[in-house]
Amino acid sequence: MRDFVYVAPTSIEDAIGELCRGEARALAGGTDLLPQLREGRRSADRIVDLKRIPALSAIGLRPEGGVEIGAALSATRVARHATIAANYPAIAAAARLLGSVQVQNRASLGGNVCNAAPSADVVPALICQDASAHIAGANGRRQVSLEDLFAGPGKTVLTDDEMLISLLLAPVPPRSATTYLRFTPRREMDIAIAGVAVRLDLAEDRTVALARIALASVGPTPLRALAAERLLQGNRPEPVLAQEAALAAASAARPISDTRASADYRRALVEVLTRRALAAVARALNIAWDPT
Amino acid sequence: MKLLLSSIINGAEHSVLVDPRDTLLELLRDRIGLTGTKEGCGNGNCGTCTVLMDGAPVNACLVLALEVAGREVETIEGLATAGELHPIQSALVELGGTQCGFCTPGIVLSAKALLDANPTPGEAEIRQAIAGNLCRCTGYGKIVEAIATAARRLKA
Repeated sequence: MRDFVYVAPTSIEDAIGELCRGEARALAGGTDLLPQLREGRRSADRIVDLKRIPALSAIGLRPEGGVEIGAALSATRVARHATIAANYPAIAAAARLLGSVQVQNRASLGGNVCNAAPSADVVPALICQDASAHIAGANGRRQVSLEDLFAGPGKTVLTDDEMLISLLLAPVPPRSATTYLRFTPRREMDIAIAGVAVRLDLAEDRTVALARIALASVGPTPLRALAAERLLQGNRPEPVLAQEAALAAASAARPISDTRASADYRRALVEVLTRRALAAVARALNIAWDPT
Repeated sequence: MKLLLSSIINGAEHSVLVDPRDTLLELLRDRIGLTGTKEGCGNGNCGTCTVLMDGAPVNACLVLALEVAGREVETIEGLATAGELHPIQSALVELGGTQCGFCTPGIVLSAKALLDANPTPGEAEIRQAIAGNLCRCTGYGKIVEAIATAARRLKA
């Protein structure tokens, strides 16, 4: 590993100043960054530890409803937070899928997002919750919808002088449920070869007021299955429609074949996981569901 | 450039010169001489280097030494008191929960963090708690049994 300077600023402004110097990299949990530096997959001459900035390690309730999750807060602390556990159970569950207990005690949701792996487990559930990335940089602050943050495997739209400071979650309406399902060859300590998050909001007449379907590990970035969402929206959720939506979600996938799975297998998994996730959400919403 | 780092390791304050690139694992083994913490994969997959940082299990290979400034670290050397094994350690010995022994320090610390937070874990909770600790010898059955036994003894 190349020699680097380690700094631990205590304010966002100081951190941005540090990020503007040389080849700097932000450090949150380090569970991705440290192996990448050691194996030469990323390079840095300045490591900017963000964990001493109070706002980056806090969860706040937003005045307009919803929640703001500090980018450097560990997955364990996010999953255990009472509001996250109660209102955003799919996000809490996804946080508990990141590596092992040891990894969850270090890894942050912000890091999982910024590492920009197509397989990032917390991202599909965050996208379904209409999350935005709150970004600070030398030229001020901006918000980017999470699904627009990714530019390719390992790449985000953040510029070199910018950092993610928090994830903003929209309020959860009544009659809403979200779930994230992934498939891994091993039960623990594995990377998803496909993942699907589904959210349904019901109108008072029990038709689908809003549908969100987000896919992991089946494209260069996390993907939305927009055609599948449109099939569901405005209709009464039922297994036949779920099967059509599952096929549409599989068509939205743009997987590659690699050592972990073939593209065809990944597409087939998206169909199955979408159908199962829709059934799980339907159960959570007390919809009578007779599987076809 | 070396920097002075102070942290509390097994209850005692240590001030050591470290390289910014040193991991917590290198701090423990090479700078302080606590070689009970083992290095396995070196990239956070095997859990062999598990130690407790402010009571929570972490992979020492994925933490920079400088990140533990002012924090408390507990290693396997901190568990036995006055030559008396911790109940998790003695249960592993008695029930054959250790074979080659390389993963054992990490398993013991993951189990300790579990029992500190949850004195009566079920089998699934025990298996979940040690999911990040790979053992290639035992098949886990006897480890799980030993942790459950230690939990019962600690409660009694």
